[in-house]
Amino acid sequence: MNIKELLNEILLKDKAFIHMPFGEGRFDIYESVVVTWIIMAVILILLLILTRDFKVHNISKRQAAVESFVLWLRGLVDGMLGEEAARYTDYISTVLLYLAVSNMIGLFGFIPPTMDINVTAALSLMSIILVEAAGIRKKGVLKWLKGFTEPMAIITPMNILELAIRPLSLCMRLFGNIIGATVIMELIKHVLPVFLPVPFCLYFDIFDGLIQAYVFVFLTSLYIKEAVE
Amino acid sequence: MDLTAIGAALAVFTGLGAGVGIGLATSKATDAVARQPEADGKIMKLLLLGCALAEATAIYGFVVAIMILFT
Repeated sequence: MNIKELLNEILLKDKAFIHMPFGEGRFDIYESVVVTWIIMAVILILLLILTRDFKVHNISKRQAAVESFVLWLRGLVDGMLGEEAARYTDYISTVLLYLAVSNMIGLFGFIPPTMDINVTAALSLMSIILVEAAGIRKKGVLKWLKGFTEPMAIITPMNILELAIRPLSLCMRLFGNIIGATVIMELIKHVLPVFLPVPFCLYFDIFDGLIQAYVFVFLTSLYIKEAVE
Repeated sequence: MDLTAIGAALAVFTGLGAGVGIGLATSKATDAVARQPEADGKIMKLLLLGCALAEATAIYGFVVAIMILFT
């Protein structure tokens, strides 16, 4: 099989996983949605198992580990958000957990949901809506509208354009990184399926996935911090 | 003559700028950490942000190349 056919197979294949009859036509459920359900189930079950019978005194080792992990995560996100926007910590850490797991799920043979541009577009839309809502909530509508003319009235078009550019760049960055990693991994597997993919898999699936998840939530929280200032 | 492959290759040339940018940012960050090791948390954050922004151009080039090849 030549390389062009391989790329065609990865990039242009039918993304629909389940076809449900719906009215006249049919309603497709994409593979990314099914994998997201699997991720949700895994995280939920893990949480239920890990947080079972917690105590105040005489805590078990498991509880200590979970508590220190949660404190570390919240500290990380709080550090990015700053004090003014500390109320959005839970949303940001949820997105961070979801992105980290979904970027690394390629290790278990699933297609990462973030390889579907619809998923990253939805995530970045959620981000920009949260950013603007945080700004409105903090300053009120009038002051928020006035914020577009700062620091100078002449750059108002730029500020309005930024409303579209920010989610576009968030969406494209995540999507491009994950699809690039997947394409390169497929090419490497095509060249030599044994031994060679191991270091590349470590880099692309674990390191790059985590970095991209971090960058996504970092930029989101930077925008929130900027909006509530 | 079919020139789509050449177009895609030209689009991927955006990677050049991203590579130079990330290299510069990393070298400066290394300098800064060597000078002030206690500030490495802040420097690391800024480095990651700068790398993410610089890398975006390369990713746009890649996405454009894929669009040229497969549409």
